[in-house]
Amino acid sequence: MLIKQISVFVENKPGRLAEISSILAEKNIDIRALSIADTTDFGILRLIVNDPDGAESALKQAGLTVSITRVIGIGVTDRPGGLSGALKLLLKNGIAVEYMYAFIGRSKEEAYVILRVNDNERAAKALSESGYTVLESSGVYGM
Amino acid sequence: MYWNREIETAPRYQMEHLQSLRLSQVVGRVYENVPYYRAKMDAAGVKPSDIQNVSDLRKLPFTVKQDLRDTYPYGLFATPLENVVRIHASSGTTGKQTVVGYTDHDIDVWSECTARALAAAGGTAKDFIHVSYGYGLFTGGLGIHYGVEKLHATAIPVSVGNTKRQIQIMQDFGSTIICCTPSYAMYLAETMEEMGIDKSSLKLKAGVFGAEPWSENMRKEIEKRLGIKAFDIYGLSEVMGPGVSFECEEQTGMHINEDHFIPEIIDPDTGEVLPDGEEGELVFTCITKQALPLIRYRTRDIAMLTHEKCSCGRTLVKMKKPCGRTDDMLIIRGVNVFPTQIESVLLNMGETAPHYQLIVDRVGTLDTLEVMVEMSDTLFSDTVKDLEANERKIRNAIESTIGIAAKVTLVEPKTLERSEGKAKRVIDKRKI
Repeated sequence: MLIKQISVFVENKPGRLAEISSILAEKNIDIRALSIADTTDFGILRLIVNDPDGAESALKQAGLTVSITRVIGIGVTDRPGGLSGALKLLLKNGIAVEYMYAFIGRSKEEAYVILRVNDNERAAKALSESGYTVLESSGVYGM
Repeated sequence: MYWNREIETAPRYQMEHLQSLRLSQVVGRVYENVPYYRAKMDAAGVKPSDIQNVSDLRKLPFTVKQDLRDTYPYGLFATPLENVVRIHASSGTTGKQTVVGYTDHDIDVWSECTARALAAAGGTAKDFIHVSYGYGLFTGGLGIHYGVEKLHATAIPVSVGNTKRQIQIMQDFGSTIICCTPSYAMYLAETMEEMGIDKSSLKLKAGVFGAEPWSENMRKEIEKRLGIKAFDIYGLSEVMGPGVSFECEEQTGMHINEDHFIPEIIDPDTGEVLPDGEEGELVFTCITKQALPLIRYRTRDIAMLTHEKCSCGRTLVKMKKPCGRTDDMLIIRGVNVFPTQIESVLLNMGETAPHYQLIVDRVGTLDTLEVMVEMSDTLFSDTVKDLEANERKIRNAIESTIGIAAKVTLVEPKTLERSEGKAKRVIDKRKI
């Protein structure tokens, strides 16, 4: 259930993102989803890849600071209101969302959202009980 | 003009005689009362009776900042603590400060020395002296303050900060002499110009500036923009505080109060005493202080001495303005900062091998400090919130350790220069 997300510390300098994506390309690592949180001085690049352990070691070997965070991935109906329903449900259950980002897969009905929440177990339970698809990690990596 | 004509214009032989007498007394006193010094002298095979003359000074071992650190806080004091009426402290090389103490006699000596400095700058009992150095553990504020009162002038103890209010006070209270760091003087000038206040609306005639290095160019700028004569003053807390030496109207070097502090210039590598005119490390021996009389204290300042005749008539030996340091200490906004203090902060935060760099610059007239810290697994977090919190924690810890605010910039690992020998920890972009 829990998806391994790679977080990378990125300085606000030209070429950093290009370099990171090259390192992954060289190791044949496929990016499934990504997001970047940026501040004045630095950014945190978050990646869902097909081989999180491989990506972690490749990036670390290149001298970057990397950490793994467990996040959940859900599927929501790809129509207006799809996302808000899921978020309202989390709110009702007192679950806080730290951050999230969405990506489109091959499914025509569903859009996917990666969420970092303060309680993965309860969030997953609440969402799946209400009929939301909680993605399996292997499913995400192999998408 | 002179505060103490007799001493300030004493013939050489008289001064040396006085110094020899005082030196032999102080060496006896520290041998008796300071176990650390007794052990050092015993190890060097020197007895107090070996020291009769100023020329015997070179038989004695040196004192360095590490000695103060090793005996922190009061281990080098030569008098029982109940005689100590004041403590001051300045930056240490890591977390702990360098602690100094004074008996009431020492405070009197200090006031005398600072009064000489103020008188040399034209100060008299009729002056209103604006003291813009920090009051507190720092020796600047109180050091100058007591000199003002000794002079019987009027002290206006504004301390630091709140520049607009300082300008209003100078206008309304009629400050005639200002004492602060040279960069603050520039900042005041700049602020006044921005506020549209003409220097002629102030009664300032002179300024006594110290606590950080400044150039002839800066002096001319200050004199022009504030319409005053700018005098240099030098000191360090370990020796006393401001007033160890001071400039006269000739403005070509500072007269050392050598009836209280015997100066030497040494080769920093060999310890050999160098003659007049040669540059080397400045060393002082305190011959009248009671609480903390340091013997041959190595200041780490690079300077030179001259006994050439001065047109002001003073016979006190002159030192050229220090032109560098033998260590990596920085002076930022008048505050002593050691790069190793930053290292301590990072080690205390759980960083096992901190990589950092200090970038010092001067934006306009005020110094800025930026501390670049390499990211590590301990510092990293997946959320911006936590990462910024860590950045803030470092910033707060640095500020509370060194006493001034610094910008903290987190950078990627392995991006800061590494070198085989000593890491290049400081980039000083200031052009003084």
